[in-house]
Formats: sequence, structure tokens, C-alpha cells
Amino acid sequence: MDKFTVHTGTAVPLRRSNVDTDQIIPAEYLKRITRHGFEDGLFSAWRKDPEFVLNQPRYDGATILVAGPDFGTGSSREHAVWALQDYGFAVVVSSRFADIFRGNSGKGGLLTAQVPQDEVERIWAAIEADPTAEVTVDLDRRQIRVGDLVADFDVDDYVRWRLMEGLDDIGITLKHESDITAFEESRPAYKPTTTAVN
Amino acid sequence: MGRTLAEKVWADHVVRHAEGEPDLLYIDLHLVHEVTSPQAFDGLRAAGRPVRRPDLTLATEDHNVPTQNIALPIADPISRAQVDALRTNCADFGVPVYSLGNIEQGIVHVVGPQLGLTQPGMTVVCGDSHTSTHGAFGALAFGIGTSEVEHVLATQTLPLKPFKTMAITVEGELPVGVSAKDITLAVIAKIGTGGGQGYVLEYRGSAIRALSMEGRMTLCNMSIEAGARAGMVAPDETTFEYLKGRPHAPEGAHWDAAVAYWRTLPTDAEATFDAEVVIDASTLSPFVTWGTNPGQGLPLTASVPSPEDARDEVDRVAIERALEYMALTPGMPLREIAVDTVFVGSCTNGRIEDLRVVADVLRGRKVAASVRMLIVPGSVRVKMQAEDEGLHSVFTDSGAEWREAGCSMCLAMNPDKLAPGERSASTSNRNFEGRQGPGGRTHLVSPAVAAATAVAGRLAAPADLTPVA
Ligand code: SF4
Repeated sequence: MDKFTVHTGTAVPLRRSNVDTDQIIPAEYLKRITRHGFEDGLFSAWRKDPEFVLNQPRYDGATILVAGPDFGTGSSREHAVWALQDYGFAVVVSSRFADIFRGNSGKGGLLTAQVPQDEVERIWAAIEADPTAEVTVDLDRRQIRVGDLVADFDVDDYVRWRLMEGLDDIGITLKHESDITAFEESRPAYKPTTTAVN
Repeated sequence: MGRTLAEKVWADHVVRHAEGEPDLLYIDLHLVHEVTSPQAFDGLRAAGRPVRRPDLTLATEDHNVPTQNIALPIADPISRAQVDALRTNCADFGVPVYSLGNIEQGIVHVVGPQLGLTQPGMTVVCGDSHTSTHGAFGALAFGIGTSEVEHVLATQTLPLKPFKTMAITVEGELPVGVSAKDITLAVIAKIGTGGGQGYVLEYRGSAIRALSMEGRMTLCNMSIEAGARAGMVAPDETTFEYLKGRPHAPEGAHWDAAVAYWRTLPTDAEATFDAEVVIDASTLSPFVTWGTNPGQGLPLTASVPSPEDARDEVDRVAIERALEYMALTPGMPLREIAVDTVFVGSCTNGRIEDLRVVADVLRGRKVAASVRMLIVPGSVRVKMQAEDEGLHSVFTDSGAEWREAGCSMCLAMNPDKLAPGERSASTSNRNFEGRQGPGGRTHLVSPAVAAATAVAGRLAAPADLTPVA
């Protein structure tokens, strides 16, 4: 996972609450065998509407999604996180996230920045007034900055540490690689391997 | 203070222990199949990570593979893509794979033990809940999710919190015609599908010690249906005898060292379990399920229950719903339930001993005209062994279909499915709604009951059949 300290990009306002994981990525996309390439499934039902905010050219290239409260409710599918990332999002801002979605995001390296709803409203106003406005998400200082607007956001300390270190669960375990190697050296010689024996 | 089998195996695999953190546990054997591994390999690729120990990893194709015409390309594009992805991933990462057509191919939980790869005191994982099967050898074996599959591929470890332990003590002698499958269905009916939640079950007692390795595997296989993470049986002479001479079993001085270690594993006399269930083997009889979860089972001599028999409101709703789905009426004797399909196979009952039991019942008899019977060996080796013993002729002479190895109608990911409304007696492990095909109805049974049911056309035990002249 890449280290996440400060992310700068443009943002898109998603003025909806209770965006559930079935909306983020419908079940029909879950039969796939890859972990990437889910961008076409992201909000696929909503994207059929030409007026949907992601279809508006002025928000092309946005990397920050600013959504209404209770984002990511529903099933535990990890695909929801993958779809957001594949589409190009690095950060989702909301006043409240579903627990499992937040956990999955942390595992996958997608930052979920929680700010009070009035701050969400102010960010929406700023990016709707100027879709090209540069938005900075500063994980180190836990701040979102758009022009003069500065919003402090909430993020789990452990997740923040992991993101800043660029560590996923595997990365954390690999920090103890010397312990693993030492353990392997002491494994009894009679333990089997799967190498073909004929 | 003494320790249980599970605690000993756990302790011997702790790579790192830190207060307030999960233990990092070393994994001795990682089994892989086509359904739950593609995203895990893709994750490694994205992060530029290798498989740490391809030599402790083994893949086989089982869930999607057809059981007929296996020389032809797999017809279903989604199944074919999953199998192709597994082959590519294994080639890219150096993981050994037993593909369709290979002599070692078969259901992942049949292949590991028969190769002698599953041994006492090991940790075994696989992206499949029935990994609990391998606990029959005194291994700590459990299913994991796709993210964990990736974690094990990359690090050969898993961060885990310790499980609680539960003893399932079965004392006494099993009546004739009662098998490990009947024990497990009786246990699940007793403790419920959630009764084992958070526990590793250890099966103990004289009735368990008297079981063959095949029987112990059947028992441990279904631990997951009681909600347990794993099931275990302490290794003993039966275990050692089964392992000796298998392709991956230790040899010479290694064998001696291994056996010396394995003998230290059984639960100490002073050890205590967090919970215990005691069953008198002599009271057991052939068991079948009537409902839509493995806990909804009764002795074959019983009748379909009524919602009025329910323990509580939740149970009442569950019974009503199950009766409706299964199209059964309360009070109907279970023996009067007619089936149109009988499935023998799966990682629960697809081993050679199971096929011998089925052949013993079918020999000299015919499958009822109203019944389609599918016999699917758990692996290519099981198939070869059965053919060496002439079992396949018994099957085909009786009118059953003899197929190639795979999961088949256990979960109907391949073409072997029940049609909507069809009813089966199945030696597999799950009778969930639609498990064997959308709208299909499943009664879980032992191999002996499956065979007798095929002959009678309705749920039956061998003792119910007219003796062969
Ligand atoms: S036989 Fe059934 S339970 Fe066993 S691994 Fe295959 S699908 Fe799973």
C-alpha cells in the first residue's frame, strides 16, 4: 500500500444519504475473479441517469467523494471499496460511515474522513461553486482544506497510523518477518512440503 | 494445569505474542481452490509480493469442475474462467496445482489427507469452511476468507485470537448400521447450528476412538455446521497407521521423530474444556434431516415435526418456514418421504470407505425406477481405488451413475444440480435452501441410508430393505 500523508485533488459532491453497498456496487459484479476493474460497477444504477453527478464533465477526474450521512451501509462486500478506488477515489468524506465499510476501507487503503454534517454542507457549497477548487486532505493534521475553509476530520488512530505508514494487514505482519523466519528455522524437519514426490 | 489438544497445537505455532494483540500463528499447510483465491492472488500481484512458501501451498480444482466429459473444455464460461485463473495464478506464483485430468485432482479436503499432507499437530487453512475436515488427524484446521488467503500466501501466518474449547464426548458402542454421519447429525441436532460458535470441538470417548480415519473426517467436516471454527480428534494408532507410507508422510528417522511428537498431543488428563457435551453412543440410530439447516434432523424412525413442538417462537417460525420450503406435513413418518435423486459424494462422504458401504447395500439390488442416483468420488485416487475393487460395476449394475471426481451436487456450482422442486437424499453437509440447485430440497443422510433410499425410493435404512437372495 502507498503511504498516505496529504492528498490533493478535486472533489465531487454526492448529495445523498444512506448510500448502501448495493448502490456502490451491485451484486452482479461480485462473480468476477479480479480485485480490480470494478470501476464500471460503481454506482452503476445511478450512472444510467445522465444528470447523475459523476456523469457531469465538470467533475471529471475528481479523487475525493463528499457524500451524505451513513455512507456504506449494507453488506460486507469488500468490492465496494475496490470499486471506489478503481474509479479513482482516494478519499470519501461523510458525516457518518457504516462500520464494516469503514473497516474494509482501512484494510484497502481508502481514507474515510468523518466531519460534522455542517462541514459537509460547506464543502459541498465550495465545490459546487467551483468544481476545479483544489481540495487538500491532510491526514497528518487531520484536516480538509478548500480555499479558506478548514474542516477537522475524525479518523481512527490505528487506521491513520497504518495509512501513514502505508501498511495493510500483510504489511504489518511483514514488519515481523524476522520472527517468521526465526520460527521457520526452528520448524521440525519432518513437517511435510507440498512439492511433488514421485 | 493440563492443556487440551487444541491448546497444544496453538502454542506450538505462535510466531509472535504481544499483549493486547492477536497472536501471529504459523500455518503449516495452505490449501487453495479456484473459487476463493483469484482476488487474493490479484492482491499479491498489485502489491508486488511473492507467495512466501509455495512449498507449503497446494491447489486443486474441485468446486466448478464437471463430473462428465472432463476432456472437453468446461462449458460454463464463469466456471471456466475461475479454473483458468487458478492455473495462471499457480503458474505465475510457483504454487503446485492438481488440475482436472491429473491423477491427484479431487476435492481439496479429500486430496490433502490422502496424500499424507495432513498430519497431527499441524495448522491447516483453506478458503473453505469445511477445512475442519483435517482436524480428524489432530491438526488445527479451519476455513478463512479471501483477504486471509492473501495474508497466508504472503506471510504463511495469520493474526488470530484464541478459540474456546468444547469436548464432545461419545462413549459406548455404536449400534450396527450407525456411522460417523449419524453421530454428527445427532450432535448438531442437540447443540444447534450455533452451538459451537467460537469453539474448537474435540471429539473424544470410546466411540470416537473406534472410528476409522474416514469416519473421523466425516465428523470433523461437519463441525462447521454446528457453528464451530474447527473440530479435532486426538491422534492415535489409527491415525499413524493411516499415514504410514502415504506420499508426503515422514519416513525413517523423521517418521520416528514425528510419531514421538504426535504422541504428546492428546489432551492431558488434568486439562479442562470451556464446555462439554456427552452422548451415549448406544442410543444413536440412523439420522436424517427434514428441514433446511443441518440442525433440523431426527432419527429416521421419527416423523416430520410440527411447529407446535417448537422450543420457542424463533424455532416455531424456523420450523414453519422449513416445512413450507421442504413441502412436508407435520406427523408424516420420515420413512414415507419419497426422493427423486440420491447423491453420494462430497468432502463429507466421498471417500473409499463411504463408497464401500454404498456398494455393500447396492450389491444385487436395483436403484428404484423413480430415482436418479449419482455417485461422485471425492478424488481421482478414490475413483481408481473403487474401480480396482470393482465397486463401479456394482454401482452401474444397480442403475446408479458413476462420475468423475469433484464437489458436484454438494453445492451445484457445476452442471450437477437439482431442478426446482426436486428432492434428494444426499451424503453432503448442507441442506440450505437451494444449496443443490435453486428450489431443490435436500435431506442429509449417511452413505448407508443414501444407498438404501435409492433402492426403496423413499428415505430408508439398509435394515428396511428386503434381504438379497
Ligand atoms: S464437497 Fe461441498 S462442502 Fe466440500 S469443499 Fe466441495 S463444495 Fe465445499
